[in-house]
Amino acid sequence: MSVKAYEVNMPFVGAKSAENPIIEMKDVDIYYGDFQAVKKISMEILERHITAFIGPSGCGKSTVLRSINRMNDLIPNARLEGYVLFNGYDLYDERVDPVLIRRRIGMVFQKPNPFPKSIYENIAWGARINGYKGDMDELVQTSLQSAALWDEVKDKLKKGALQLSGGQQQRLCIARALAVFPEIILMDEPASALDPIATGRIEELILDLKTKYTIIIVTHNMGQASRLSDYTAFFMVDENRTGYLEEFGDTEQVFLNPRNKKTEEYISGKFG
Amino acid sequence: MNSMNHVVQFGTEEDVQVLMEKRRHNGTLWQAVFMFSVSLAMLFLIMLIFSVVNTTFGYVVLVNEVESSTLIAQKDSVSSFTRAELEQVAFSRLSAGILRRVEYEKPIADRSDEELIALIEQYIIKPKVRKTWGLWDSLFNKIEIDRYMAENEGSYAVFRSWVNSSFLVADQSSDPLNAGIRTALFGSLWIILVTLVFAFPIGVGAAIYLEEYAKDNRFNRALQLNIFNLSAVPSIIYGLLGLAVFVRAMEPITSGALILGIEDSTANGRTILSGGLTLGLLVLPIIIINTQEALKAVPDSLRMSSYGVGATKWQTVWNHVLPASFDRILTGTILALSRAFGETAPLVVIGASTFISIDPSGIFSKFTTLPTQIYQWSARPQGAYRNLASAAIVCLLILLLIMNSTAIYLRARINRKKRLEA
Ligand SMILES: Nc1ncnc2c1ncn2[C@@H]1O[C@H](COP(=O)(O)OP(=O)(O)O)[C@@H](O)[C@H]1O
Ligand SMILES: [Mg+2]
Repeated sequence: MSVKAYEVNMPFVGAKSAENPIIEMKDVDIYYGDFQAVKKISMEILERHITAFIGPSGCGKSTVLRSINRMNDLIPNARLEGYVLFNGYDLYDERVDPVLIRRRIGMVFQKPNPFPKSIYENIAWGARINGYKGDMDELVQTSLQSAALWDEVKDKLKKGALQLSGGQQQRLCIARALAVFPEIILMDEPASALDPIATGRIEELILDLKTKYTIIIVTHNMGQASRLSDYTAFFMVDENRTGYLEEFGDTEQVFLNPRNKKTEEYISGKFG
Repeated sequence: MNSMNHVVQFGTEEDVQVLMEKRRHNGTLWQAVFMFSVSLAMLFLIMLIFSVVNTTFGYVVLVNEVESSTLIAQKDSVSSFTRAELEQVAFSRLSAGILRRVEYEKPIADRSDEELIALIEQYIIKPKVRKTWGLWDSLFNKIEIDRYMAENEGSYAVFRSWVNSSFLVADQSSDPLNAGIRTALFGSLWIILVTLVFAFPIGVGAAIYLEEYAKDNRFNRALQLNIFNLSAVPSIIYGLLGLAVFVRAMEPITSGALILGIEDSTANGRTILSGGLTLGLLVLPIIIINTQEALKAVPDSLRMSSYGVGATKWQTVWNHVLPASFDRILTGTILALSRAFGETAPLVVIGASTFISIDPSGIFSKFTTLPTQIYQWSARPQGAYRNLASAAIVCLLILLLIMNSTAIYLRARINRKKRLEA
């Protein structure tokens, strides 16, 4: 592992290959106060692929996910040791401003949480505060189109976002994330609060987005993980309730041919 | 599960019934206790309102200093005077000084009959209050009033509402019949304005700092504890603080000497500015705590969605957290201000004027406030001042009611607007 010298822009230079992962974690330990939530997490996330985080509740999937766009910084007492590299640059270098990171590594949450503002404003706000110079109407339209929501809302852009259905709200949240031109989108159980039909639409959307974005998705749904992802990270907890990475690899391999007994048990539904 | 099991776990049908009876009984008992408490509270409220209303309306027995029949023969009432008689009496009986002032304000010839009648009553007839009765006695104990009149030569009874239009616009006067609350009303409004301008930005700012920025360390926890304690400090202590700091130590500033160069100020720092700042200190902890509660009620998911698109902390607070909590902040502030509006003790301590009839003209004026006025009137021995105090209480209560309704109205409005936009 080599860490590049600090640069504000942290540009991506490598080709789309295993030698140049967009995210690289090396021996990451995360603590909440005295409690160690996860230990020794090492993995590489490839550009324009979908990586799924699976594992039982409380094993630290959300914790690891949040460490990738420094959302954990917002939790008092949260602390990280080890390396998280973004395009080869240290994300936790003291000169890095997390605000800049979160534009480039967006997030979609478990419960749809649009701003209590108009649909239009939900998309436009993030772009505006980040100093977007282009045509705002156009951006709103393309973002909503990319999130497969445009046709449903194009006539009511000025209406409040909370009037949409749960599934529409979640796609709006995805559109909102897309509108600030992220490179990576982190999704923490994005469909777990939705009905099966809405879930299906979100899954289709995620597969669409793969051509342009790197996606990391936490899910409790084994089917979802196997349908969507290229790579799968299986987390477990030890006897101290500290999470660790039990297995990481090709989704096909992890699901069909797990190297690990625990992985096999979990995937076949024996626990979790 | 079969019925055998049921008996094992919950007992026989009889057991179930006995227990159920007990549970119902328990519920009924508590319900009765709560109902009793509510009734008691209602009863006291009704008694309070009754006692205030009772002293605000009622018969007043008056004795005239000069009878109208001595002004114009055989006319028992000024209102039966002709226009010519009114003018004649005014010119011949008013003292030179008063006449000059009256003419200066508005020439007698230009005044309407009603204005002249009021003028003659106030300066020539000069009715004096002998005794006042409450509304209850006026309605149901008229005999006693009649007896009193029979015993007192030349007295007559008038049914009077102590709250009336001249009460609102008149200034203080040593004559209860002509006294009013205008000066006190202006004083109260000025003070509350200063309190608002001082305490709102600082209070909201402090709350934002504590809630959104402050780390959870020992210093900030101590700060928080102190704010809680400050909100429980008796108001008179704020008065002493205001006296020491604003009236005495900061006198050059609060008297206006430093800023306006007012040298001859007789206020000595006992100004609206000092009063407003003192009340500002008093409500500051309340505003801070209330605003903190409002900010706490904003779900974290809203903050997260803002940070998630690359917003800074300030952008998050300003664009999302404050709009989401503004209704609560606003209503809490109005309620805190209505508390300040009713405060008396701290203002008495810092030295609200006991008798002024000049309206305050700015923050460096001397002042009195509505509650201070009520306090002073109710401390006087003469009966009529008690009626004045009650009338002023009615006005104060109506004002507070307006403030609190405004709070409720604004909250409902902002809520509706939020719902429509969201
Ligand atoms: N904000 C927090 N403060 C303290 N402990 C936390 C916090 N968030 C999560 N944890 C703890 O960290 C562990 C991992 O949690 P999390 O990452 O949410 O797991 P998962 O998403 O896999 O269910 C759990 O034991 C949880 O109790
Ligand atoms: Mg989670």
